[in-house]
Amino acid sequence: MRIPLSWIREYTSFDVDGTAEDLMSRLVRVGLEEEDVHRPSEEISGPVVVGEVLEKTPEPQTNGKTINWCRVRVVPEGQPQTLTHEGIEPDGVQGVVCGAHNFDVGDKVVVTLPGAVLPGDFRISVRKTYGHVSAGMIASTKELGLGEDHDGILVLSTLGLDPEVGADALALLGLTDEAAEINVTPDRGYAFSMRGVAREYGHATGTEVVDPAAQIVVPEAAAAGHEVRLEDESPIYGTAGCDRFVARRVTGVDVTAPTPPWMASRLRLAGMRPISLPVDISNYVMWELGQPLHFYDAEQLRGPVRVRRAAAGETLTTLDDKARALDAEDLVIADDRGAIGLAGVMGGGETEVGETTTSVLIEAAHFDPISIGRTRRRHKLPSEASKRNERGVDPLLPDLAAQRAVELLVELAAGTDSGEITAVGDPALPPVVSFDPTLAQRLTGVEYTEEQIVETLRAIGATVVGPDSAGRLDVTPPSWRPDLTIAEDLVEEIARLVGYDRIPARLPQAPAGRGLTADQRRRRQVLDGLAAAGLTETLSYPFLSEEANTLFGRAEQSAEPWPMLRLVNPIAAQHATLRTSLLPGLLDTLRRNVSRGFADLALYEAGAVFLPGQQVGSAEIPGLGVHPGEEVLADLVAGIPDQPWHVAATLCGAEPAAEVGASGRRQDWADAIEVARDVAERVGLELEVVQGAHQAFHPGRTAELRLPAADGAAAGTRIGVAGELHPKVVEAWDLPARTAAVELDLSAVLAAAPEQVTAAELSTFPQTTQDVSLIVDARLPAGELRATLAEGAGALLEDVELFDVYAGEGIEDGRKSLAFALRFRASDRTLTADEASEARGHAVALAERRHGATQR
Amino acid sequence: MNAFHGSRMSTPETPHPLDEAAVQRCVDAALAAFDDAADLDQLKTARLVHTGDKAPIVLANRQIKDLSKEEKAAAGKLLGQARGRIQQALAARTEVLEAEHAERMLVEEAVDVTAAPRRRRPGARHPLSVLQERVSDIFTAMGWEIAEGPEVESEWFNFDALNIAPDHPSREMQDTFFLEPKDAHLVLRTHTSPVQVRSLLERELPTYVLCPGRTFRTDELDATHTPVFHQFEGLAVDEGLTMADLRGTLEHFARQMFGEEAEIRLRPAYFPFTEPSAEMDVWHPDAAGGPQWVEWGGCGMVNPNVLRAAGVDPERHTGFAFGMGVERTLMFRNGVSDMHDMIEGDVRFSQHFGMEV
Repeated sequence: MRIPLSWIREYTSFDVDGTAEDLMSRLVRVGLEEEDVHRPSEEISGPVVVGEVLEKTPEPQTNGKTINWCRVRVVPEGQPQTLTHEGIEPDGVQGVVCGAHNFDVGDKVVVTLPGAVLPGDFRISVRKTYGHVSAGMIASTKELGLGEDHDGILVLSTLGLDPEVGADALALLGLTDEAAEINVTPDRGYAFSMRGVAREYGHATGTEVVDPAAQIVVPEAAAAGHEVRLEDESPIYGTAGCDRFVARRVTGVDVTAPTPPWMASRLRLAGMRPISLPVDISNYVMWELGQPLHFYDAEQLRGPVRVRRAAAGETLTTLDDKARALDAEDLVIADDRGAIGLAGVMGGGETEVGETTTSVLIEAAHFDPISIGRTRRRHKLPSEASKRNERGVDPLLPDLAAQRAVELLVELAAGTDSGEITAVGDPALPPVVSFDPTLAQRLTGVEYTEEQIVETLRAIGATVVGPDSAGRLDVTPPSWRPDLTIAEDLVEEIARLVGYDRIPARLPQAPAGRGLTADQRRRRQVLDGLAAAGLTETLSYPFLSEEANTLFGRAEQSAEPWPMLRLVNPIAAQHATLRTSLLPGLLDTLRRNVSRGFADLALYEAGAVFLPGQQVGSAEIPGLGVHPGEEVLADLVAGIPDQPWHVAATLCGAEPAAEVGASGRRQDWADAIEVARDVAERVGLELEVVQGAHQAFHPGRTAELRLPAADGAAAGTRIGVAGELHPKVVEAWDLPARTAAVELDLSAVLAAAPEQVTAAELSTFPQTTQDVSLIVDARLPAGELRATLAEGAGALLEDVELFDVYAGEGIEDGRKSLAFALRFRASDRTLTADEASEARGHAVALAERRHGATQR
Repeated sequence: MNAFHGSRMSTPETPHPLDEAAVQRCVDAALAAFDDAADLDQLKTARLVHTGDKAPIVLANRQIKDLSKEEKAAAGKLLGQARGRIQQALAARTEVLEAEHAERMLVEEAVDVTAAPRRRRPGARHPLSVLQERVSDIFTAMGWEIAEGPEVESEWFNFDALNIAPDHPSREMQDTFFLEPKDAHLVLRTHTSPVQVRSLLERELPTYVLCPGRTFRTDELDATHTPVFHQFEGLAVDEGLTMADLRGTLEHFARQMFGEEAEIRLRPAYFPFTEPSAEMDVWHPDAAGGPQWVEWGGCGMVNPNVLRAAGVDPERHTGFAFGMGVERTLMFRNGVSDMHDMIEGDVRFSQHFGMEV
């Protein structure tokens, strides 16, 4: 909302030399936030004065153009010129070359003298042109920044002005005025008017203000007005679309009469382009009082005006020349031909006031904010009218605003009040709020006196009755405050007007807390651990293409669609699904870093993935302000998709990096597995790593990661994948060759982590090591053989480590040799070599039976 | 050098075991040879010459057995003393040369420490994560707990339960991501406030929780906006809580974040889920452009409709709530000037912060 300062001064004591900043600093105290300043004087500065054309001599030029050599009086005859800039003639008459012709000797015009600056940093100076010394310029509307109009010179009589020669034209045209722009919160629609802002200024400063609406007197109707019928047969939530409609008719209107400069200037500062006098008047009244108006060409109306819901298939061409298909819920203004306007949002073209209009029908109505909001959204048609109607307009305003418009049409457009008045509907006023004044202190911690409370409520325009025997007040909010519906709203008004700075500070004592939950603590452990292991945490958006989501979300290829959640309104249509895997986003991040010149990288990300369950959402959702009941709540919760946290990492390039005399070690599939182990070990868990497969990974270099098998289960739950990415994926995603990646279900890891750690007994007896070399089928994973050896060796085995893999000369084709070191230790004695050999023998025997292993 | 030392280190004749002068010459020769040895290698050579199997003094010693009993004693004493002096001198010289050797090794092993390579890659957390953890720690230290909730949320939790009516502008498609099908009433949460309602439904009163997390709005990415961002939201519901408790909590929080001189200013505002509502500014003593008020977030007393939706009796309990943007806080607290840096995942951004904010 923009507030021209000259306008606010009409209703308040705001200082004559106060600036827009001064005004905003006062209004911010009551919650009207500062937004911007609009100051034409930063664009245009004088001397710019009123001049009278004394001579105008047309001089044809060789280029075919005719210029006018003019002499213009810029100081009243007989008075001396007091301005002294170079080129300003002391006798008060300037010689000026002018290319336009739409003026005559004797016309009063705007003369920009040497030293003046016009919009666009256009500096006026003396210049030689067309054989003359031209000392200034006769200005057009466009040159003065008053509009796009390029009709030629601005002749002041066309604005209805006959000022004195030499007068300051900038002040005359309102160019010395400025506007403050404030942000109005959605609950305070009344502040979208000078009337409302003036009232708030009064609250902010404790000064008296004038209510412009209170100055308007509506006369008795002299005749019946145009027939209006309120025929809403489908009210939304039981509220009629229109509960007050006032129509007034003004005849003999001269639509070509000029808009006076003071009005045009204020509208421009308010951010509205002056268009024609009737349009400008309707905008002016809306800005002044907050009531949107609509003017019809009364002669174009056919039959009674009806306010009703649109009929199926009905269409309307609105003032912006767009043909719109109407929805059955749209509230329309109609006559016998059908819809002629979208009520409270935008009028229609057919009944618009035009150049030939002489009889104007004024509409001032009160509409249901919800109905207006829905229509505005449906037709994507934000307008100054809908902005106000959506937030709720004072239901008592239509009568007053219509009268104000009648007065302005009579005064400025030579109109005649027909004396006809239509006023139908019975508007709902804000209901009484029963108010316990102690609530104010209970919510704010400020001790207000009862006097302060009652005075504040009266200051905002409320009627206060009481207190009754229980100490309660009956508070009727003013008609312009439909937002004040509960006692807490009144507390905010009291707190705001007395001042939020009166609220003291006190630190509340929360009960003893439990700190972070185990999951929260462990998640930090994992994420800090990965950083400590040299990986860098990054974050990416969870919006993926369907292809990428399927490729990484699902391990195996399938023709069936992969279940995923989809956005109705994505930012980008190609990224409309929610991630089921973190890797696509992480790989994008990797590629971005590679493209910025980094070769050796290890990135990780943790966050939610989105897995649709059996039930997606809930068909019915409960309303406001009531506990919906356990059954309904359970249904709401059941409809919310599973959103476990995952952690993923990707690695490429070398680690450690190359150094002088030594090349770096290339990170590969094993580093990815190591990340998975790091994650699990951080929370006291050992993952099972088995040979696996995933469509986005290298078929021979992929590990499936499993939780340890529960007692009695054959295998642990699969919770992730690690390895080298598939070469096709690497190519398609433009990643460095052999990029490795890992993704784990972090929520599952945390859930499986032991609640607490039980200490292990440390044996101090010596260790005995025995090596074993076994020849097995080349396809047998080392991890499987290791597990067999561990199982066979029994309780004395402390540790088993693979130290050699060999295939080739001396080993049959299709087989390989794996060498392990078995380390034995007993908790209660020093093992003999025989005991260790016996345990080794059991291990080998089991490997022979289970895998057909032979000792090398 | 070798030629010179070679002449002095020439082996003397084997002395007669009773020839004191000859024995003395052997001792002198050995001592001179040890003395002349410039390093442990030369000393080893001298040692072999003067104390080895072929050394004159050793050979002389062997001849003792051929002497008479009386002569044996005298010769044994003479040669024993001589060998003792030689061994002593050898030990002394060995010690000196070993010390010199050790000293020289340390000099020779010197490296250019400025050429030390990076052996382990430095890792880092993302500062948005670290900031959320820092804020969580401030509140858990006050006895608050950390509450979390789903990012895909029911419209009821995200809007209705928070007293945001179905026709409220924030429920429009231009602000909120809706999930298909639209009549399933699922959205990407637009704020962390639904966690307030969940906390009240799930926890015992009094409730003091901080809810950090990821939130979504349909803004295009630019220098100050991102469709995916983070908030932290605080909620306290207890008997007797007022806006004074809200201000006190915010002040404490602000001082932990911005230093002891930080202040809180409240300005009237509007949010459907609080009444009275306020915008909060923080006096930031270390702001980039000098100390100033910075808009930090919104707050207020929990609207009684929100309490009722969560089954809390507003006649008995009151509560306050506040919420701030994590990105915005990081921007003005740590001088991040462009949102792109926070969301693009450039490793330099995280690594500059390391494990701290």
